[in-house]
Amino acid sequence: MNSFAAAPALPDLLKPRRQRKGLWGFLLNNPTIAFGAGLLLVMLFIAIAAPWLGTVDPTELAPRKRNLEPSAMYWFGTDAFGRDIYSRVLYGARVSLIIGFSVALLASVIGLSIGLVSGTFRRSDAIIMRIMDGLMSIPPILLAIALMALTRASIENVVIAITIAEIPRVSRLVRGVVLSLREQAYVDAAISCGCRMPMLIWRHILPNTLAPLTVQATYICASAMITESILSFIGAGVPPIIPSWGNIMADGRTLFQIKPYIIFFPAVFLSLTVLAVNLMGDGFRDVLDPRKSKTS
Amino acid sequence: MFSYIFRRVLATIPVMVIVALFVFSLLYIAPGDPAAVIAGDQASPEDVAKIRANLGLDRPFLVRFSEWFFNLLQGDLGTSMFTGIPVSELIGQRIEPTLSLMVLTLIFAVTVAVPIGVLAAWKAGTWIDRCIMAISVIGFSVPVFVVGYLMSFFLSLELDWFPVQGYVSFKKGFGPWFEHLVLPSIALGFVYIALIARITRATMLEVLSQDYIRTAKAKGMGQLGILFLHALKNAAVPVVTVIGIGIALLIGGAVVTESVFAIPGLGRLTIDSIVRRDYPMIQGLVVVFSFVYVLVNLCVDVIYTIVDPRIRY
Repeated sequence: MNSFAAAPALPDLLKPRRQRKGLWGFLLNNPTIAFGAGLLLVMLFIAIAAPWLGTVDPTELAPRKRNLEPSAMYWFGTDAFGRDIYSRVLYGARVSLIIGFSVALLASVIGLSIGLVSGTFRRSDAIIMRIMDGLMSIPPILLAIALMALTRASIENVVIAITIAEIPRVSRLVRGVVLSLREQAYVDAAISCGCRMPMLIWRHILPNTLAPLTVQATYICASAMITESILSFIGAGVPPIIPSWGNIMADGRTLFQIKPYIIFFPAVFLSLTVLAVNLMGDGFRDVLDPRKSKTS
Repeated sequence: MFSYIFRRVLATIPVMVIVALFVFSLLYIAPGDPAAVIAGDQASPEDVAKIRANLGLDRPFLVRFSEWFFNLLQGDLGTSMFTGIPVSELIGQRIEPTLSLMVLTLIFAVTVAVPIGVLAAWKAGTWIDRCIMAISVIGFSVPVFVVGYLMSFFLSLELDWFPVQGYVSFKKGFGPWFEHLVLPSIALGFVYIALIARITRATMLEVLSQDYIRTAKAKGMGQLGILFLHALKNAAVPVVTVIGIGIALLIGGAVVTESVFAIPGLGRLTIDSIVRRDYPMIQGLVVVFSFVYVLVNLCVDVIYTIVDPRIRY
């Protein structure tokens, strides 16, 4: 009677994984992103709300209260100039986050433009890529150190120095994506329909570079925060008066053997912030690149 | 093969020229007046003029660059502004500790990272894999000097297992030399291990899903044999590439590690030069480090063509 045979049940492997809907569903599906984003939000809150979290002026010198151990009054103790380390660490979140985000944004935008030009115009490609090869051969931290040695210490100059060191990697990535996209049939189709170059790049190429670029930008944000702390730590970063985590650790260096907590408090905050951003990067990569998803 | 190696060697020449050109032109690209920055805030206009003449900023760019570049070709990196000693001589004096630190870190990192990367790929999806990957994310997130200080605090100051700081030359015996470099190498190797372990895992996963691995399993080959004889060999190229590229991380990290552990190497020299605003010295160090980096990666590429017969260009 019934001429249709029932379709055999799907093997377990092919059963779709339960996908939850909405923002909360997305976060539940991707616990790495949820954890990273949560941690980052906490740090953002600390950075924005620093003046109202029981802090005092982080640059105020108080010679009579030098080198105090952590106590109810000074939660993280005071440093060699009597400055409150708790306040300095909380305000330090601002410097790290500003530098991390600015470098990620600037390096992505500039790297994207260079990558698009290089991937689209064959003639410029050879020259641009040789220059990028050269730039990439200079270890990023050393490049930043050399730039900082020539400019006055300031947050803007640190951002510029780290951005210059990061640009070649972004433009390389974008160029690679553009070159592989150019071979796609839909791009040929668009060209044969009379799509002009600016439109082709804007409508068909650019949107497809954004996914890998987002992942890369996240990692750049993380590495920029580490580079900033290294630069400040060795005295080539933001001016010593500004409370950045690298500067606080640089101040604690001489007292390390007797007062290790001066280094450990900012170190914990820095590591957690970088970890948060890295976890988000890993999560984005898994979501945006299905080929490398959880099982592989 | 030889023609490929020859072409590869030739191709590094323009890269090195661009590195030299770029490092040199930083003096001109940098915003503001580098001579005034180097002279400091208390300097008189005469001092600034003197420094400007010393750096050659008062003469045309191309003249200065060609002069500097031809000196570079003869191994002359200029003269340190602070000590008046040739830069190449100062670098020569300090190269041993840095080289020791980097070679030891390299050996240590590769021997740890490759097996744990293979293990993570073999046990993919299990808690072992998750733990290894979690440790690798942490490795990327904790800065070198934090790892260094943590270890130096707990293992040297509290437990007294290792010397806290300092360096003993190789010439004074292997024991003390090694003892002083254990902690710095582990600290410096941490992020490098994370990087290599990750790429090893990713490539191994790709290789392990291939047919010949199933064939090896079917003919009854042992797990270790499959992993290390069949799979790892074919996963080697990306892994070795990352080991080469990661040298940049080691170079950057060495600057900081030497500062944490008071090792008198090139990194220490870099930091001292920043404090003294000794730009010719920094310039020389950047050029030397970059050339070393380019040469290491050249060696990596040449090693492939010898090791892997599939690569023929």
